[in-house]
Amino acid sequence: MKGLLVLSLLFCMCAMYFVGIYLFVGGFLLVRLEVNRTSTCGDVLQPGEEPVDFCRVQPRFRRAVLLIIDALKIDFARFDPSNTSPRPYENKLPVLEETASSRPSHSRLYPFRADPPTTTMQRIKGFTTGSLPTFVDVGNNFASSAILEDNLIHQFGQVGKRVVFMGDDTWESLFPKKFHRSLPFPSFNVKDLHTVDNGILQHLYTTSDDWDVLVAHFLGVDHCGHRFGPDHPAMADKLTQMDGVIRSVIDRLQNDTLLVVMGDHGMTDTGDHGGESQKETDAAIFLYSPAPLFPGPPSQSEPDVVPQTDLVPTLALLLGVPIPYSSVGQVLLPLFPPLGQTKGAVGELSQLEALWINAKQVNRFLETYSGMAKDIPPESLSQLKDEFAHLSSEYLTTVRDGRPPSPELAVSLQAYLSSVRDTCRATWARFNPFKMAAGLAILAICLLNVENSPGLKAPVVVALTAGLCVAAGQLLTQGYIEVAWCLAAAALSSELLLLWTACRSRTTAVAKNGFKAAKCTSWLTLRRLLIPSLMVLLIRCACLLSDSYVIAEGRVVTFLMFSLALYIPIHLNWDGLLLPPSHDPLKSAGLLPSPALSPSTVRKESSTLLTCLGLLIGSLYLSLSFHGCREEQGSCQPSPFLSPLSRLQDSQLKNLHYILSVSSLGLWTYLLKRCLRHYGNLNSSGGTVFTARWILPLLAVCLGLHWAVSATPEDSFRNLAELISLAQLALPRAAFCLLGLGLFLIWLDPLTVFVKTRAAASARGSSLPPPRYRASTGISPQAELHHLIPQIYQRMRRSLDDGELSGSSDVDSRPAVEAYGLGTVYSAPLLLFCGLLGIGLLLLHPEGMALSFLLLLLEMGALMHIHASSTTLSGGFNVPWTPIVLWSLAATQFFHATGHLPTFPSIQWGAAFVGFPEGHTGTVLPASLVTLNTFASHILFAVGCPLLLFWPLVCEVRGSRGGRACGEEGEDAVMEMRLRENPQHFSAALLQLSTRYLFIHGAQVFASVCAAAILRRHLMVWKVFAPKLMFEASGFLVSSVSLLIGVTLVLRVDVAVGRWFKRIIPDASR
Amino acid sequence: MWDHEIRAMASTHAVIAASVFMATVVPAVFVQGFSVYGTHLLWLYSVSGTVTAVSVAVFWLLGITPPTKKHTLGYKLSRLFRSCLYFFLSCLFFHTVVVLYGAPLIESALETFSLAVLLTSLTTLRCLCVLGPNVQAWIRVFSRHGAMSVWDTCLQITVTCTVVGAWVGAFPLPLDWDRPWQVWPVSCSLGAMIGFLTGLVAAPAWIHYHRKQLTYKCK
Ligand SMILES: [Zn+2]
Ligand SMILES: [Zn+2]
Repeated sequence: MKGLLVLSLLFCMCAMYFVGIYLFVGGFLLVRLEVNRTSTCGDVLQPGEEPVDFCRVQPRFRRAVLLIIDALKIDFARFDPSNTSPRPYENKLPVLEETASSRPSHSRLYPFRADPPTTTMQRIKGFTTGSLPTFVDVGNNFASSAILEDNLIHQFGQVGKRVVFMGDDTWESLFPKKFHRSLPFPSFNVKDLHTVDNGILQHLYTTSDDWDVLVAHFLGVDHCGHRFGPDHPAMADKLTQMDGVIRSVIDRLQNDTLLVVMGDHGMTDTGDHGGESQKETDAAIFLYSPAPLFPGPPSQSEPDVVPQTDLVPTLALLLGVPIPYSSVGQVLLPLFPPLGQTKGAVGELSQLEALWINAKQVNRFLETYSGMAKDIPPESLSQLKDEFAHLSSEYLTTVRDGRPPSPELAVSLQAYLSSVRDTCRATWARFNPFKMAAGLAILAICLLNVENSPGLKAPVVVALTAGLCVAAGQLLTQGYIEVAWCLAAAALSSELLLLWTACRSRTTAVAKNGFKAAKCTSWLTLRRLLIPSLMVLLIRCACLLSDSYVIAEGRVVTFLMFSLALYIPIHLNWDGLLLPPSHDPLKSAGLLPSPALSPSTVRKESSTLLTCLGLLIGSLYLSLSFHGCREEQGSCQPSPFLSPLSRLQDSQLKNLHYILSVSSLGLWTYLLKRCLRHYGNLNSSGGTVFTARWILPLLAVCLGLHWAVSATPEDSFRNLAELISLAQLALPRAAFCLLGLGLFLIWLDPLTVFVKTRAAASARGSSLPPPRYRASTGISPQAELHHLIPQIYQRMRRSLDDGELSGSSDVDSRPAVEAYGLGTVYSAPLLLFCGLLGIGLLLLHPEGMALSFLLLLLEMGALMHIHASSTTLSGGFNVPWTPIVLWSLAATQFFHATGHLPTFPSIQWGAAFVGFPEGHTGTVLPASLVTLNTFASHILFAVGCPLLLFWPLVCEVRGSRGGRACGEEGEDAVMEMRLRENPQHFSAALLQLSTRYLFIHGAQVFASVCAAAILRRHLMVWKVFAPKLMFEASGFLVSSVSLLIGVTLVLRVDVAVGRWFKRIIPDASR
Repeated sequence: MWDHEIRAMASTHAVIAASVFMATVVPAVFVQGFSVYGTHLLWLYSVSGTVTAVSVAVFWLLGITPPTKKHTLGYKLSRLFRSCLYFFLSCLFFHTVVVLYGAPLIESALETFSLAVLLTSLTTLRCLCVLGPNVQAWIRVFSRHGAMSVWDTCLQITVTCTVVGAWVGAFPLPLDWDRPWQVWPVSCSLGAMIGFLTGLVAAPAWIHYHRKQLTYKCK
C-alpha cells in the first residue's frame, strides 16, 4: 500500500527529528522538580533534650546584612600587596584583606563557588533556597517567577524577622510581598551602571532601624562587566566605590549583626556569565561581625572553596531559623565552635549539632524528592540512604549515652553531606555536552537528508540493530539502560546509512554520466540552495541567533514574508510569464518559445495573482496589530484585542468588539461554506456534508453565544447568575462535543461526491465520447477505472457550467453518471477539517482574536491562490520551495499575530479554563488545552499543508474555462482526479511536500538549537534563547503531528475514493 | 561590440558618482554641523536633488531618451508633465511599500517619505530618463529577454542593486547596538546609496565582461 509507505516514511523522519531534539534538550535543559514543603521550627530539635522551640531561643546573631555585589569575582576581592601595577580590576577592594588580617577571628574571605547556570536569577534562587536551580524548575506555576520552594526569606518571615530589601528588582519578582520594605530598581538596562547602585546608596545608610535582615543587591559591577569587560577603568571606579560601601557598612555594624558580602557569580574575561567555567563560577564571599565570629585565626581545616549552597544552612542556623526544606548545602563548619567550646548560649550550636541538624534535613529532602521524581540514579540514592541510617544510629547512641563523640563522626557527616550535594549537582546542574553534540549532529544530518528519497526497510533494520547493540552494551558494562543513547545510536546509524546511500547513488550517476555531469550537478545543487526562497529561510534561521531579532521576531517574519511574496510576481515577470506576450510583434520572431497559455488566460491568472498578492499583503500588514509585547520591548503597547471582552469597561466599545468578533466568525463560516458549495461539494448526504451544513454553523453559533455570555458583567443580571454560570460551563463543552463529532464524521465519511445515475449501465459505453487517451485496446478493469474518471468528471463540470446543479430535462445528451464535487474530493474534507479546527482553536483564544483568525483564513486562501496562479503560469506538478516557505513562515507569523510570544509569562493560561471554569483535577487536559491555544496557527497551517498540492489542480477550472472561450474544446478539466490518474506521482509529490515542510521547521529548530549551544554564556540565554528553543521545539512537535494528521486524512480520502470507484463500476459491467 | 557605449556609460556613471560625493561634501561648507547622520534628511535631499539634476542633464546630453514621435511643444510639455506625475506617484508607491514593510505609519512619515524620494530619484528617475514615461516599457525591461540595449541592461543592474541595498539596509534596524546609523531611515538610505554606487560600478563592468553573450533585438 503506497499510502502506508508515505505515512511510515514521514513518521520515521519525524522520529529522527524528535530524537535529535530530545537528546539536545536533555543535555541542555536541566529539569528539577520543586518540592513545595517548608521546614518548621520543630525540625531543628535535638534528640534527647526536652523540647525547646528552636525559633524562640536567642540565636547567635539577631540581625544580618547581606551585601550582594553582582558578579563579584574572587579575583576582584583578593588583595596582593606585591602587585605594583594592578590591572583595573585588581587590588581595588583592600578593605576585605585589611579586615581579614587585622581581625582574624572576626572576618574571613573565601572563594564562593556558584553552580551553573550562573545567571543572576538562578543564583538568587540558589542562595536563598539552598538548592540547585535549573532553567526549568517544574513547580505548579509557570506564569510568575515567584519562588514557591522553601527559602530563607520565607523562613525569616515565619519567625517574624523583618527583611528589608533594596537593589535589583529581580528580587521583587522572586519574592513578591515577602519584604517588610523594599526599594527595587530596574535591572534590565545593562548599559546603565549607576542607577541601581546610587539608588541603594541613597537609602542604605539612612534607612530607619526597623529591620532584622537587610539585603542590598548592587548591579554596577556586573553591568560594567557586560558593557566594558573587567579590564577597563570603569571597573576600577566601580570596585573602588564598592570598597567605600563595605567600609562604611562595617563602621556602622552593631555587635549582634552579621555582615555577608558576596558575589552571585563571576565573569569571563569578556564580562559575560551563565556557563560553568571557573571564571564564571568563582565569586567571593566575605563574612564579618564585630563580635568574634570564628573560634580562632585561620587554621588547617579551612575550606579552600565555599560552595554557594552552603550559605543557606549556615545563615539559617546562625540566625536561628530552620534550614529551608530543599537545601542541599552543608553548614560552614569554621563558623561553629567545636563541641565543648560553646559559651553557654542556648542558641549556639556546636559543630556536631549543626552537622546533625543539617544532615537530618538533607536526608528528609532527599526522601521526599526521590518519592516525587526518578531522575536521581537509584543506586547512589540507596547508598546515601544506608549511609545516613548508619550515621544517624551512631549519633543517637552517642547522644543517648552522653559520651564524647568520636571526631570521625563529624568527618563522616560532612562526607555524607558532600556526597548528597555532588549527587544532586550531577543530576541538576551540569550541561551534558555529549548529549548536546549528539542532538546537534542528528538534527544536522536530518536536514542534509531532505531531498533524498529513502527506502524504509534498511534504515529501520539498521536503527533497530544499533539501538539494541548499544542497549546490550550498556547492560553489560553499566548494568542499566540509558534510553537516550540507544535512541541516539539508532537515529545516527540509520541517518548515516541514508546519507551513504544517497552519496553512492550520486557517485554511480557520476560514473555513468562522466565527470562533466558531476561537476554540473554539484554546481546546480549549490545554485539551487541560493534561490531566494531558501535564502529567506537562511536569513530566518540566522535571525534566531541574535537576541534582538528573536525579540522582534514577529515583525521580522512579516518582513521576510512580504519580501518573498513580492518576489513571486517579480520572478514571474523576469521569466516573461506574468504578462501576455502577444501585443509585442517582436516577440513572435521566434526568440521565445510559443506560449502554452492563451493571452486571456495569462491575463486572468496574472490579475488573480496580483489581487491575491494584495490580499496577502493587506492581511500581513493588518496582522501586525494583533501582536503582544515582550518585557524587553520597552515602548510597546500590546494589542487591545488581546484582553478578554469581560475586562473592557466601556460598554459601547465592548459591543463594538463583540460585533466585530462575531461578524468575522460569521465570515469565516460563510467563506468556508461558500467555497465548498462553489466546487459542488455540498450536494451529497454523507457525514462530511452534514458537518459542513449543520455542525459548522452550529459550532459558530455556540461560540458566539459563549462570547456573549462570558462578556456579560456579573452584576448586571443578578437573577440570571445561575443560568449564566451554567451557560459558561455548557456552551464551550457543547462546542467541544460538536467539534469532536464534526471531525469524527469527516474522518468516517470523507467523500463529498454526489452521484446521479441517469441511464442503464449498459448504455454508458456507447453514449460517451471516446476517452481522449484510450490507447490500449484490451481494457483491463484497472484501465477502465482509470479512463472513466475524466469522463465522469467532464460531465459533471459541464452540468455545473450550465448552472444546473440539480437534474433537469434533456435526458439524451446527459451522461450516464454525474459526479458532483469529484474534482475537489481531496481538498474539500481537508478544508472543512481546517475550518472546524480553526473555530475550535478560536474558542480557546480571547474574543478579539476572531479578527486575526479571519486574517489567517484569508491569508491561507491568498497564498493558495498565488501558488495556484503561479503554477498555472509556469507549469509543474510538484510544489516548489517558495509557497512552502511562505506557508511555514505564515505559521510563525500567526503565532505572533494571535498574541503569542516565545516567552513563558506570555502563555495564555486562560485557555485551560474554557469550559472548565472550576479548574481541573488532572494535568493532561489543561496542558493540552494550553498547547492547542499556543500553537493554534502551527496546527492549522500544518494540517492544511497538503492543500498546497491540491489547489493548483482545483484552480485548473478557471484555466480550462479560458481555454474553452478560445475554442479549445478538447481540454478536460479533471482537477484533482489527475492525482488519482497517476498515484505514483501523487504519493511522491505528497511525500516531497511534507518533507519540505518538515525541513523548514526542522531548520528553524536546528537554528535555535545552535543558538542555545553557541550562546550558552550569553546574558540573554535563559531569557531569550532557551525559551525560544523550547517554543520552537514544541512548535515543531505540534506541527509534525498535525502534518501527519493532515496527510493521513488525505490518504483516508484516497482510500474512500478508491472504494467509491469500485462501487460505481461494478465488476458486472465487464 | 558596444565599446563606445560602454565607455560612455562608464563616464556617465563616474560623473554621477562624483556628483553624489560632491553632494555629501559640499553642503558642509554652507551648513553648520552638516553630517550624514546628524542632518540626515538634509543629506538625503541634497543627494537626491543632485542625482536627479545630474542624471537628467547627462542623459539628455547623451541623447539616450527614446526619440519622441512628435516634436510639437505641446507634446513635449505633456511628456514633461507626465514624467513629473510619475515621479510623484513613484514617491507615493515607495512610501507605501516601505510602510507595508513595517515602517511606522504616522510618527516618522517625513523620514519615510524622504527615503521614498531618494529611492525614486535613484531608480524611477533613471527609468524615466532611459525609457520615458511608459510603464509598460518599464515592466518589459525587467524581464529576462526584455532589455533592448546596453542601457536597458544597465538600468536592470542599477535598479536591482539600489532596491536590494535598501532592503539589506533594513537589517540592522532591530539590533540593540544604539549606533547613530541605526536610526530610521539612515541605514536604509545608506544601503540604497551604497547599492546604487555598487550598481554604477557593476553595470559597465558586467556588460563589458559579458559583451560576447549579449544579444539585443534592434529597436
Ligand atoms: Zn548576577
Ligand atoms: Zn550579568
